[in-house]
Amino acid sequence: MGKFDLLKHELVPQFRIMTKEEIEQLRKNLGVRKEDLPWMLKSDPVSKAIGAKPGDVVEIIRKSPVAGKSVAYRYVVPG
Amino acid sequence: MSFYELIKSIKSIKFGVLSPEEIRKMSVVNIVTADTYDEDGIPIEAGLMDRRLGTIEPGQKCQTCGNRVGQCPGHFGHIELARPVVHPGFAKLVYNLLKSTCWNCGRILLTKEEVEKYTLLMEKYQKKWPQLRLRLAERVIRRASKNTECPHCGEAQYKLKFEKPTTYYEEHKEGTVKLAPNEIRSRLERITDSDVKLMGLDPRIARPEWMVLTVLPVPPSAVRPSITLESGIRSEDDLTHKLVDIIRINERLKDNVDAGAPQLIIEDLWELLQYHVTTYFDNETSGIPPARHRSGRPLRTLAQRLKGKEGRFRSNLSGKRVDFSARTVISPDPIISINEVGVPIDVAKLLTIPERINPYNMDQVKRLIENGPDVHPGANYIIRPDGRRIDLRFPKDRKAIADAVEIGYIVERHLKDGDIVLFNRQPSLHRMSIMAHKVRVLPYKTFRLNLCVCPPYNADFDGDEMNLHVPQSEEARAEAGVLMLVQEQILSPRYGGPIMGGIQDYISGAYMLTRKGTMLTREEASQLLARAGYTGELPPPEISEPKELWTGKQLASLFFPKGFNYSLKSNVCLKCPTCKKEECENDAYVVIRDGKLIKGVIDKKSIGAGQPESVLHRLIKDYGTDAGRDYIDRAFKLFLAYIDSRGLTIGLDDEELPAEAKRKVLEVIRQAEAKVSELIDIYNQGLLERLAGRTLEETLETKIMQELEEARELAGEIASQYLKESNTALLMARTGARGSLMNLAHMVACVGQQSVRGERIMRGYMNRTLPHFKPGDLGAEAHGFVYSSYKDKLNPIEFFFHAMGGREGLVDTAVRTSQSGYMQRRLINALQDVRVEYDLTVRGTDGSIIQFRYGEDGVDPAKSDHGKAVNVEKIIERVVKAGGS
Repeated sequence: MGKFDLLKHELVPQFRIMTKEEIEQLRKNLGVRKEDLPWMLKSDPVSKAIGAKPGDVVEIIRKSPVAGKSVAYRYVVPG
Repeated sequence: MSFYELIKSIKSIKFGVLSPEEIRKMSVVNIVTADTYDEDGIPIEAGLMDRRLGTIEPGQKCQTCGNRVGQCPGHFGHIELARPVVHPGFAKLVYNLLKSTCWNCGRILLTKEEVEKYTLLMEKYQKKWPQLRLRLAERVIRRASKNTECPHCGEAQYKLKFEKPTTYYEEHKEGTVKLAPNEIRSRLERITDSDVKLMGLDPRIARPEWMVLTVLPVPPSAVRPSITLESGIRSEDDLTHKLVDIIRINERLKDNVDAGAPQLIIEDLWELLQYHVTTYFDNETSGIPPARHRSGRPLRTLAQRLKGKEGRFRSNLSGKRVDFSARTVISPDPIISINEVGVPIDVAKLLTIPERINPYNMDQVKRLIENGPDVHPGANYIIRPDGRRIDLRFPKDRKAIADAVEIGYIVERHLKDGDIVLFNRQPSLHRMSIMAHKVRVLPYKTFRLNLCVCPPYNADFDGDEMNLHVPQSEEARAEAGVLMLVQEQILSPRYGGPIMGGIQDYISGAYMLTRKGTMLTREEASQLLARAGYTGELPPPEISEPKELWTGKQLASLFFPKGFNYSLKSNVCLKCPTCKKEECENDAYVVIRDGKLIKGVIDKKSIGAGQPESVLHRLIKDYGTDAGRDYIDRAFKLFLAYIDSRGLTIGLDDEELPAEAKRKVLEVIRQAEAKVSELIDIYNQGLLERLAGRTLEETLETKIMQELEEARELAGEIASQYLKESNTALLMARTGARGSLMNLAHMVACVGQQSVRGERIMRGYMNRTLPHFKPGDLGAEAHGFVYSSYKDKLNPIEFFFHAMGGREGLVDTAVRTSQSGYMQRRLINALQDVRVEYDLTVRGTDGSIIQFRYGEDGVDPAKSDHGKAVNVEKIIERVVKAGGS
């Protein structure tokens, strides 16, 4: 059996590590520090799969029954 | 200096551990005597009630600070413990600290490199993620306690065992040795400050050795006041009792140590001291028996004072008792507005609102003062600008006082019509459980409320009581009036529709008024409209020859706004495969055009409480809450007026079936029974086909249940076909006013299968439910099928099975309410300060983001159409209709 790629599972939304500029833009739009975003552990299976490191911000795009498409962000912390 | 410069703001709070020096520094007396008062009732010097611990008797000056009762904050004393004891609250932490440090050199059991690595990491965490610091400390401790040899001095490490609550053992080769608290303390003393930091503590405010007590603080006497009973006997607080125990043992231990008593005796006393100190902090510590009062009642020590529902937090800090409130039984009043609450005159005379005298209200207020506290629109107190209160109960000549008041005086006047108050019924489960009402002062002794506000409060009148609160400031009243007024709460965020609306008689009345064939004479129509408070013109009659007659629909139409268009299927709709819409012969398709009820009957779907996408919902969304309130206040009275004029009741006749129908019902049940015995036969022959995921027995059960359920449904259908159109019970079920067709079927046709735990009744004797059956009988009768209807009678066996099923229902509701109540409490505690910001993000109090857009779509469910932002169908329908006509 080949290795299971969790990112390809239909229930797993799209994840993407954001660039510095994008993070800065997001921070400005929301008026928050990076630490005020919801957190996500470095040991989270998804962080491992996409190689996110503490300090990164991950963008999550998921399908939503009420909004069609919804975007969320996670701040990666060690652990 | 301005006022704001004087205000200090708290930037942060840091909790630490009291050091022995600190305890001694804040102490005013070293307590050595285990007694409180001498024979004359004078506190004993250096005893637990020493005068220096603060005053409790009024009029006495504190020996320490010189203040009197209200001013003196109380002062701590201390007890010098003869031998150290472990603080039970820190026992687990002490264990972790001992485990991860060397018993010999006191260094943390990590190599130099590791220490450096973790120190660096700890500094980084401190700066970037202070919340994660403790998790790192946990990791360090786990890592360090794995080492069996000290990397610094090379000593082998013994395995430590911790026995709750406060004992530690070390496993040597020769056997296990108990660690004495003084040994523990000296080990903790050896841990360096930098190692302490690695393990997550701040050594400046929490040195590890402080977790082993050498000095015990004694709380001020105000914390543990003694009570003098009528008989003159003094009774001490539980905490004092506990402290007496501690001092007594402590003194004995001290004496024994000084006298050079054998080690064994000293150790016994030492352990006893540890026990007393442990129970002093928490008398429900697991693993040790609770300390008891002479009467056998467990003592209420420090932890018990804080914990639980009756503890300091829940009953004194989160919950406070308030003034300006009233509570009494509620009763219905269909005449007052939904915005109003009927307040008994006796209550109105006790609850007051402070009103400042100004040139405009001067004359009125003077009249109130003259009336005094006993005549209704009166006043109870006057507050002068210097803060002095004048009680209006006693002076003979209130007229003189009334003439003497000046502008700027404040008068505490009685509650009067139109004042805004908050009205509440427990349990306060959602925001509609507390709403603002306008006062209506009424005679008698109950709070009166409009029936349409029963659903949000979940109130009925079988003895329910409700609370009333009077906001005391202008701001509070304005805010309550704008945000919390009943009419502002009609649309609930729970339904995406109105939570208030017609119930029971309102619905029956509306249906009977608006159905086909309701014809009213001029006199009748005028009477009804007058009761509804209609003052306009009577519309032209539907029929003018031979007599002027108006339809009910015409009257109901008078209360819709002009230009109001809506259509829907009513509750009486038979759900035909193809809807004939306006041509519906049941009059079940409601059409309102330009504020006129053209077709259809008004019932639950149009005006019912908790019905989304109803006429009421549309009305409020399109015309505002004022129009909605007005509609409920006026049109609903019309419905009641009609049902009053006509009467609505049910009797035995309504449960009577014609003989033909009875025969048919019996036939259906007989057939079902035959099928059941057929199934049992097949099963006995072993020919029954097993269903997927079920055993053979379960398959049989499911099939029998299905069969009997179908039979009951069929019986119900037959019954409802044979019930007369004039049957009022049927009317109420169809319109949704009360009861269901199933309830009706139970009464007239067949009660059907009783169940316990979702199965047919299986319990009782071995292989049978009751001794009336043969063992192993699988038939319908033997397992709780009730053939009869309620009207016919239930035979004793059926009655028994019915009681079994009924009991389960009662137990279920009891269990469910307590469970969901606890869940609600926890949810609210967790979510209470989460809010939606103006940018539609959901944030916590510190600005941290919880949702990036409220509910992912940013829709306020209270302003939505049944949860959706827009109801596209209705918009299209409206546009098409408007274009077509």
